[in-house]
Amino acid sequence: MDRIPILKFGDCLLITIQVDMHDQLALTLQEDLTAQIAKHASRGVLIDISSLEIVDSFIGRMLANIAAMSRILDAQTVLTGMQPAVAITLVELGMSLPGIKTALNVERGMDLLQEFIYREPESEDLHGSEG
Amino acid sequence: MALKAETHPIATSNDVVRVRQIVRAATIQLKFSLVEQTKFVTATSELARNTLEHGGGGWMTLEMVKNGLREGIKLTFRDNGPGIADIELALSEGYTSAGGMGLGLSGSKRLVNEFEITSELGQGTTVIVTRWK
Ligand SMILES: Nc1ncnc2c1ncn2[C@@H]1O[C@H](COP(=O)(O)OP(=O)(O)OP(=O)(O)O)[C@@H](O)[C@H]1O
Ligand SMILES: [Mg+2]
Repeated sequence: MDRIPILKFGDCLLITIQVDMHDQLALTLQEDLTAQIAKHASRGVLIDISSLEIVDSFIGRMLANIAAMSRILDAQTVLTGMQPAVAITLVELGMSLPGIKTALNVERGMDLLQEFIYREPESEDLHGSEG
Repeated sequence: MALKAETHPIATSNDVVRVRQIVRAATIQLKFSLVEQTKFVTATSELARNTLEHGGGGWMTLEMVKNGLREGIKLTFRDNGPGIADIELALSEGYTSAGGMGLGLSGSKRLVNEFEITSELGQGTTVIVTRWK
C-alpha cells in the first residue's frame, strides 16, 4: 500500500491509520490531507489510530505536523482510539502531543469535532460586540 | 548468558519496521505484558531509526539472555556512521541535530532496564539495551 485513504464525512475528513508507517507513506499522507482539506474546505480532521501498536517519535511528529497544518487551514484535529499501552509508553517517552485533542473512539471523536466546529466562533471571539 | 543471537541489517525504513516486528515476536515469546511489549518495541523503533538516520544504516543484534532465573532480551544497535561528539548532550531530552523532537535517545533510555551507549567520532555508534521479564 502506498497511500492511506482519506474519507470525506460531511465537513470532516476521516483517516484510519492501520499500517506500520514508513517515511514515504507519512509524507504522502500529509500532502494528500492538506490537498483534501483545501479542496473540500473541511473544518475537522479525525485520525483513528486504534490499530497502531506503537507510536514512536516519528509517528508522533507526523501527527503533530498534521495537526499544525490543519490548524493553519482552519481545521481542527482529533486523534481517536489510542491503545492504553501506547498512551502509557508515549508519556514515558516524553511526548505530550501538544495541541492535539483526543477521544476514546471514532464516534466520540466525531462528536468532539462537531462541538469545536460549532462552538469556535463564540469561544474565539471573547471580546466580541455582545460583551 | 546469551541463549541465542541473530543479527539483522538496518538499511531502509522498511528494515526499521521489520526489526520492530522481530523484537515484538521475541517479547511475545518471553510472555512480556502488553505494556512491556509496547515499551520495548517503541525503544527499538527509536534506536533503529537513529541507526538509519544518523548512523547511515547499520545492524541490530537480538539476544535472548538469562541471568539466573531471569530472562530478558538484549538488543545491540551499531553503525559505522559519524559518531556522536557529545553523548551527554545527545542524551538530553529535546536535543536534536536533525530537526527531530530529540526524544529518541532520552526516551528509549526510560523504556528499557539497561542502557549503554558508546560512540567514537568517525567510527560509529553502538547502543545496547536490555529489558528483563
Ligand atoms: N546512531 C547515531 N549516530 C550518530 N548520531 C546519533 C545517533 N543516534 C543519535 N545521534 C545524535 O543524537 C541526537 C539525539 O537523538 P534522538 O534520537 O534523541 O533525537 P532525534 O533522532 O534527533 O529526534 P527524534 O528521535 O525525536 O525524532 C540526534 O539528533 C543525533 O545528533
Ligand atoms: Mg531519534
